[in-house]
Amino acid sequence: MNVIFMLWLREVKRYLRSRPQIIASLGQPLLYLLVFGYGLAAVFRQAGQGSSLQFVAPGVIGMGILFMSIFSGIGLIWDRQFGFLKETLVAPVPRLQIMAGRTLGGATVAVVQGAIVLIACVLAGFRPQSLAAIPVALLFMALIAIVFSALGTAIGSTLRDMQGFQLIMNFLVMPIFFLSGALFPLAGLPTALAVATQLDPLSYGIDGLRAALISQAHLGVPLDVVVLGVLATAFLILGAWAFSKIQV
Amino acid sequence: MIKVENLNKTFGEIKAVVDVTFEVKAGEIFAFLGPNGAGKTTTIQMLTTLLRPTSGTVAIDGLDPVAKPLDVRKRFGIVFQDPSLDQELTAHENMDLHGVLYHVPRKVRHERIELLLKLFELWDRRKSFVKTFSGGMRRRLEIARGLLHTPKILFLDEPTLGLDPQSRNQLWTHVKHLNETEGVTVFLTTHYMDEADRVAHRVAIIDHGKIVAQGSSGELKAQTGADSLEGAFLKLTGTTIRDETAGSADAMRQMARMWSGGRRR
Repeated sequence: MNVIFMLWLREVKRYLRSRPQIIASLGQPLLYLLVFGYGLAAVFRQAGQGSSLQFVAPGVIGMGILFMSIFSGIGLIWDRQFGFLKETLVAPVPRLQIMAGRTLGGATVAVVQGAIVLIACVLAGFRPQSLAAIPVALLFMALIAIVFSALGTAIGSTLRDMQGFQLIMNFLVMPIFFLSGALFPLAGLPTALAVATQLDPLSYGIDGLRAALISQAHLGVPLDVVVLGVLATAFLILGAWAFSKIQV
Repeated sequence: MIKVENLNKTFGEIKAVVDVTFEVKAGEIFAFLGPNGAGKTTTIQMLTTLLRPTSGTVAIDGLDPVAKPLDVRKRFGIVFQDPSLDQELTAHENMDLHGVLYHVPRKVRHERIELLLKLFELWDRRKSFVKTFSGGMRRRLEIARGLLHTPKILFLDEPTLGLDPQSRNQLWTHVKHLNETEGVTVFLTTHYMDEADRVAHRVAIIDHGKIVAQGSSGELKAQTGADSLEGAFLKLTGTTIRDETAGSADAMRQMARMWSGGRRR
């Protein structure tokens, strides 16, 4: 337990100490908020969909968490060769504890990052429906963070070098983001796209966030919670298995 | 303390380690020498539970690293060829985290950390981030960390790579001192033959995955008729340059150098 806590603490400390990184990783979500929240506001209003800023804010919060979680997991490749990972792998501690500490730390950091994006959204004019919405939103933020931190750990454990990184970005992370309905409503899509969005784990996270923050759910909160819970468990098992197979 | 019999490791077609047999006695300083790609690091990885041998037996303090990895890990400290400190943490935090990973009780942990940081002349900088440390200081911290849990064996994989003569000299003085006072068994690899000659009680030379000679430095010199360990080494392993195939680790090593160079500016 002590070991998991110390490794968790390490991830959090590292995050809090790298202020430039915190600011840098705010850039992309805020850019999307600007373009889709303000840039498309008129189009959105004309289509009778209400405020685009209100609609997109939960999406960019989800995006911030997604990117942060996956990156922390993939950071493993770097850590494996030049970092602290080797030190933990030769320690007399079961791999599962190391993986748990790292992944929970990565997830915590991602939730903090998501909360910062939420605050930035509020500053930009986003209004959650009520204060009571925040705890439910935090629950979904935590679920998204755990799902993707665990997935990141699983991927990071199997990649050999940084070349695979671009591949993951272009063929996994970006599709997960764009197909999640973070930027467009999931209702009334062509069948193929509708199926794709329903296969995307992030869809359920964004849907849950939207339900909590602006009471607009497409898939429904119970389904969102069940799917994210099942995926979190599955990816944690997958991540733990992949991590246990690492050879330096 | 370390007993290796008929150890083999193959990666696909490549035979990295072939039928290696040697023994390191308790309290000994043992140097494992060889050209690039000879199988030194692969052997260390098998001794330290990071790689499974293809065949053969290893016993670390009588224990098999494959069957009892956690027990074996408690018994050694290691300094890797590539750095493994957390640069975003302070020297003290790195030590403390290591202590927790090795289940050293809090009180003992703090006493040992103070003792070791003072011994390696890093106590004054304990609250500084490791990223502000010089190469020599980082190496010293890694060795200090490797000794925190009072291991019986210390593995040093090219610990003096890239250090200036002052740091190298100081580092070996510390290692010898520890060996003499605490009786730590030391297993080291290096490319600097003068270091091995000066520090090691016994030497094994490995080439193409096979041990080609072992004994004290004097015995190897007598056996080859060379007047230095370097001469003996060259006679045993030839003068052709070995081109290690660049793997992903090398590509990343290059990138790391580029990055850290940028940071220093």
